[in-house]
Amino acid sequence: MALVLNDITKVVRGATHIKPTSLTLETGHFNVLLGETGAGKTSLIKMMAGLDPIASGTLEMDGIDVTGLSTQKRRISLVHQFFVNYPHMTVFENIASPLRVAGMAQSEIDGRVQEAADILQLSPMLKRRPHELSGGQQQRCALARAIAKDSQAVFLDEPLANLDYKLREELRELLPELFAGRGAVVVYATSEPEEALLLGGETALMMDGAVTQFGATAKIYRDPASLNAARVFSDPPINHAPVQKSGTQIVMGDVRWDAAGDAAALADGTYTVAVRPNHILPSASDRATVALNGRVLVTELSGSESSAHFDLEGRGWVSLAHGTHPYRIGENHTFYMESGGCLYFTPDGHRVA
Amino acid sequence: MKTENQKAWLFVLPVLALVAFNALIPMMTVVNYSVQETFGNNQFFWEGLTWFEQILRSERFHAALGRQFMFTALILVIEVPLGIAIALSMPRSGPWVPVCLVLMALPMLIPWNVVGAMWNIFTLPDIGLMGYFVNHVLGITYDMTQNPFAAWVTIITMDVWHWTSLVVLLSYAGLVSIPDAYYQAAKIDGASNWSVFRYIQLPKMKNVLTIAILLRFMDSFNIYTEPFVLTGGGPGNSTTLLSIDLVKIALGQFDLGPAAAMSLIYFAITLFVSWLFYTLMTKDDLN
Repeated sequence: MALVLNDITKVVRGATHIKPTSLTLETGHFNVLLGETGAGKTSLIKMMAGLDPIASGTLEMDGIDVTGLSTQKRRISLVHQFFVNYPHMTVFENIASPLRVAGMAQSEIDGRVQEAADILQLSPMLKRRPHELSGGQQQRCALARAIAKDSQAVFLDEPLANLDYKLREELRELLPELFAGRGAVVVYATSEPEEALLLGGETALMMDGAVTQFGATAKIYRDPASLNAARVFSDPPINHAPVQKSGTQIVMGDVRWDAAGDAAALADGTYTVAVRPNHILPSASDRATVALNGRVLVTELSGSESSAHFDLEGRGWVSLAHGTHPYRIGENHTFYMESGGCLYFTPDGHRVA
Repeated sequence: MKTENQKAWLFVLPVLALVAFNALIPMMTVVNYSVQETFGNNQFFWEGLTWFEQILRSERFHAALGRQFMFTALILVIEVPLGIAIALSMPRSGPWVPVCLVLMALPMLIPWNVVGAMWNIFTLPDIGLMGYFVNHVLGITYDMTQNPFAAWVTIITMDVWHWTSLVVLLSYAGLVSIPDAYYQAAKIDGASNWSVFRYIQLPKMKNVLTIAILLRFMDSFNIYTEPFVLTGGGPGNSTTLLSIDLVKIALGQFDLGPAAAMSLIYFAITLFVSWLFYTLMTKDDLN
């Protein structure tokens, strides 16, 4: 089964919100839509769910054109960022609601609700109302409703965004198991690169209402096709600066390093280099050899990692490394870059090496 | 350690004084009258509960109370569903929202006595727009000054015209507060329009509807000006509601004792029904 988008667009009062988008979303793994807020993830999901009209293009589900089919007639599920449950119904009735609409027999409804509740650890709460549950339980209830139903496609629109950190981790671990073997196309929208990497599968990077790149998540992370794709898929933000290719060397201000790999074959000229923060380290090593002298602005400690924002010739760069490091705010520090981690783009943002 | 003092009561005092002056003290006058007999000259004779007994046993009171309940029940049965239906069909966003809201608010802005006078003229068989139309174009005999049924149709229609907007506006406020996500979830469940209404809109409107019904109950149960101006309680006594009857006894016959007893009973009924309704409607929320 696959959900196929053929050049679909969304136009609201003459303004194009989603540019022509073509994707083939398959079953068996997570299809992640990754992009910042306002990139068009929710718009795309609403069109796939039939909640918003498709201005042009076609949408196929399992080989059948469903472009104009009403939402009610599609076999789909949607879990929102907000915890949406029927307020006056018990958890059991909430999970059962789409099954009741479908006219399923009571015995089968009981079985399915019980199964969904077991997986999501809701069994002790089946008789409660949503407002008597915690946020995490409410969202689990919404997820249970989505899996109890025999859906061809399941849309998860930032389902973990409103949960606190611990719950988010717990539920995220549960998600792949939840949909494994159900045969539904799972579409998961998120604004967090880390979430995309953890869920794996395939990722579509979205920016300004368009998909900039689509493919296996790990491959996109390693090989972004454009500077925009690299930017979307990096947290903290990816470092970038204009550079000159000159002979066998790359020149960035008064820093220079040897061009290696594909970069060695580049013609002389102006390029943009982008390098992820984890390739900028606080001290030299075998691989981190390019010295960058910058003034430390802000440091952050996030568990086992620490990041330092520093000023490099007027640009804000970030270093991310394991352990804690004795930075002094406002003073100069020499960071070391792993030149092997550099990505090269043309000045208009196309990947060249 | 928990510190406790009684200073908070000081903040309640001003409100207490205000309520005392605008409600309790004037009402004590009524209580005073309800247990005494007076023939003027500021002379009073103790009567105990005589007036209360007399009122509770009086056929006239029973009839007026019956008409009052009938009136209130009829307008609630019409105004609540109609108000919800209008609120459901109003746009949720766009340039027509303020237009609809102003149109809806208009009838409520007209003073009660003007509403009565308007409908009086409107329904007169010879010169009223509606009265003339019904009698001379549709050929149906309709004269609220002669026919009790016509009088009832007129006061009910008038109240529906005047106050349905209140239910509309409150229901509408409840409706627009429902996030789109709920409607989307229902669509994805495959729910019909009726299910959306029954399982999303109605539960979400419950609180505002409780207030709307409570307000409409109290207002309609105490209604005076509009039917007084429109029918004066006639023809005969057919539209003499409780308040009209009360004024007749108090100011028409100048029976201040029985009138005072009747107003206390009237007040107690209003209070009791409101309390009962509110308690039943909010019972679920407390559990």
